[in-house]
Amino acid sequence: MASAAIIPERENYLNQEYGIKSWLLTIDHKRIALLYLMSITFFFFIGGFFALLIRLELLTPAGDLVAADTYNKLFTMHGQVMIFFFLIPSIPAVLGNFLVPLMIGAKDLAFPRINLLSWYLYVIAGILYLHCILTGGVDTGWTFYTPFSTAFSNTKVIEAGLAIFVAGFSSILTGLNFVVTIHRMRAPGMTWSRLPLFIWAHYATSIIMLLGTPVLAITLVLVVLERTLHLGIFDPALGGDPLLFQHLFWFYSHPAVYIMILPSMGVVTEVVPCFSRKRVFGYKFVAMSSIMIAVFGFLVWAHHMFVAGISLYSALVFSLLSYLVAVPSAIKVFNWTATMYKGSITFSTPMLYAFGFIGLFTMGGLTGLFLSALGVDVHVHDTYFVIAHFHYIMVGGAVMGYMAGMHYWWPKISGRMYPESWGRLAALIVFLGFNLTFFPQFVLGYLGMPRRYWQYPPEFQVLHVLSTAGSTVLAVGYVLPMLYFLWSMRYGKIAPDNPWGASGLEWMTSSPPPTFNFEQTPVVTWEAYDYANIPAPEEVPIER
Amino acid sequence: MFDNFPLWPARASAGAANVDALYIFLVLLSAFMCAAIFTLILVFAVKYRRRAGVQAEQIEGSTALEITWSVIPMIIFMFIFAWGAAIYFQERTPPRGAAEVYVVAKQWMWKVQHEEGQREINELHVPVGRDVKLVMTSQDAIHSFFVPAFRIKQDVLPGRYTTAWFRATKPGTYQLFCAQYCGTSHSSMIGDIVVMEPAQYQAWLSGGPAVPLAESGQKLFSDMGCITCHRSDLQGRGPNLVGVFGKPVALEDGRSLTADENYIRQCILNSRGQVVKGFPAIMPVFQGLLSEEQVNALVAYIKSLGAPQPGQTTKTAAAVTPQEPKVQ
Repeated sequence: MASAAIIPERENYLNQEYGIKSWLLTIDHKRIALLYLMSITFFFFIGGFFALLIRLELLTPAGDLVAADTYNKLFTMHGQVMIFFFLIPSIPAVLGNFLVPLMIGAKDLAFPRINLLSWYLYVIAGILYLHCILTGGVDTGWTFYTPFSTAFSNTKVIEAGLAIFVAGFSSILTGLNFVVTIHRMRAPGMTWSRLPLFIWAHYATSIIMLLGTPVLAITLVLVVLERTLHLGIFDPALGGDPLLFQHLFWFYSHPAVYIMILPSMGVVTEVVPCFSRKRVFGYKFVAMSSIMIAVFGFLVWAHHMFVAGISLYSALVFSLLSYLVAVPSAIKVFNWTATMYKGSITFSTPMLYAFGFIGLFTMGGLTGLFLSALGVDVHVHDTYFVIAHFHYIMVGGAVMGYMAGMHYWWPKISGRMYPESWGRLAALIVFLGFNLTFFPQFVLGYLGMPRRYWQYPPEFQVLHVLSTAGSTVLAVGYVLPMLYFLWSMRYGKIAPDNPWGASGLEWMTSSPPPTFNFEQTPVVTWEAYDYANIPAPEEVPIER
Repeated sequence: MFDNFPLWPARASAGAANVDALYIFLVLLSAFMCAAIFTLILVFAVKYRRRAGVQAEQIEGSTALEITWSVIPMIIFMFIFAWGAAIYFQERTPPRGAAEVYVVAKQWMWKVQHEEGQREINELHVPVGRDVKLVMTSQDAIHSFFVPAFRIKQDVLPGRYTTAWFRATKPGTYQLFCAQYCGTSHSSMIGDIVVMEPAQYQAWLSGGPAVPLAESGQKLFSDMGCITCHRSDLQGRGPNLVGVFGKPVALEDGRSLTADENYIRQCILNSRGQVVKGFPAIMPVFQGLLSEEQVNALVAYIKSLGAPQPGQTTKTAAAVTPQEPKVQ
């Protein structure tokens, strides 16, 4: 077939088949990635809408825009939608799904049908959660803390819990698929030490998905059982222990942070070498740091509980371990910086997002040191300091990385170029809007502004106004790419196979790739990031 | 709107300055690290921007550098850890002889019982310079006692006591927040900590009639019939409670633990599994029969039973050394 290809309409995964059925029953990892892309984008804008309502309510100290109960539902559902229906699937299920087989030279994931099943589970979970939203919502906070969630909340806790339970299985199946694929499906010559670091990051992520998610599933089932059948597990009135819930919940939900950030780090580790025209600095250390983050990430959960009533000595141990996980994160930042040294750097949109990632992740990471320091955590725990910190990691880090990746691989995914100048503008808007939204929250937090407050003392207002102003800028920065990506699908310049002059097998096939990815199974004889032997693109793609 | 725009929280407790010191250190360290990394990135971005005819120089990496930038941060991190741990250790260890205040949290208010018998709602009056230990529990969901001006925060759990302590240093009125989300009116579960000069505080204390907490407990002790078994002449069917607080207790099941506030509380409400060695498990369950405030009064009374009397041996006195209640 390929021999008969005509240049403008080469056969690829997008045009090989048409019709709704060819999408809903597809087992092509690239098409499933696009199904995921559409679903998570939908949920991203729902979560973003909740966030805007939250910020608008906080414009004034009095609770005046929405009712207290509505506000409580808004921050709960903002958190649950963004974490379980956007961030966790974001890079793995979209970019990972698309790229893992391409990058290792495989035709598809190891279990294509399970891959499709994972999307259907996600959709079922999403419908359940939408139903929960539309029939009244849930107000427990995204953390479901007991006994509030099992004994006191009058909202749809069970529906929300079950939706997230199902979403968890979608995540487990994706992780399983990646682990098996990376072990078994690598092209000849693609040794472990030649794998792109994006793959290493996804491997580490998959391990967390496989080992952590079942614990969340079990915990949610226990919450549902206690709420419906009054089994005494977490509620002291029934003989349970509320701290047990927190241990179980954070045993998943702390590593879940690394599910969100590790793939983003993987993206940045592809983008920085490409636009510096350099092999990555310290390949082995960057690869191992992903694994170390995944392993240590499982040993630090109780740092969410320093004021919860755990013993003095367990707090000391968890504080110490939390500092250990900071080391591999620091290693990555230093290695990205060193990769630029003596490079030949261009400032395309993905690189701008990668810069944004490094800057914001560094700030998020450094403020993590504050929170791991026991004495300081007592004061800033459950305040806006924590809110700011984790948004620097999850939005400044994870979402920036996701945007970097979407721009970097968009030519490969869609076969079209997006308008470069719009891309750069959006990256700048997101960076500025993000800092304006979340930096004031660090100050608010140290002043003592508690999180999840519908109304607040008037002296906090100025900082809240700044934050709300920033959130509208941020919203513009997120809507823009959505518009020009859609625009580019019809009007964008046709993308060459390797527009960035990047290394990696995904760039050696056509854009968009054919259904089975490669005309012939590639044989790898070179190291990853072999930029010494790849010419820089003659012409950096120019905006139309 | 702009007349009240603080950038630093009030500092009104003995421990606050320690927390601020570490915080300022961390801010400076972070600022330095950000400046260093961002400057490097900027310099590289400008100096090594793509230019015609200039190729990137391929560098594999440097193990020496990797070790350097792993080990140096690690050393700094351990220093921060130790500093933070030292502050936390202080925060979690109430000094001997601290005045005790019982706090009961419920949706959505704070109820306070002073040893002297005063009761307050959403207010806590304390004198400057006195160590105050808070013994807290919740009637429903988890709450959290947070006073930014004191830099203290402690979750308040149903079914057990948690403790915190502070020593106020500056008269004034400071905010009390509930910091653990607890439902509809979470953001209204706020109060005032009123720090007063000792003389004013004495005046406040004597402002109204009040029965000391331990005395209320003593009355309950006889009203509820506790006294029939827990006799002080060693002839009762239950253990003698004089001086039991803070002492190790051997249990029927072979375990041994310290009789802290949580142990006494649990024994009052439901002694199953906590029975003292050598005594029959015949104590009725009081769960549901006593309010949290009544349990507090009983605990305060039982603690007062250990109070050293003139002429008592030092051994008994040692047994009443205030101990931090175990919260696990």
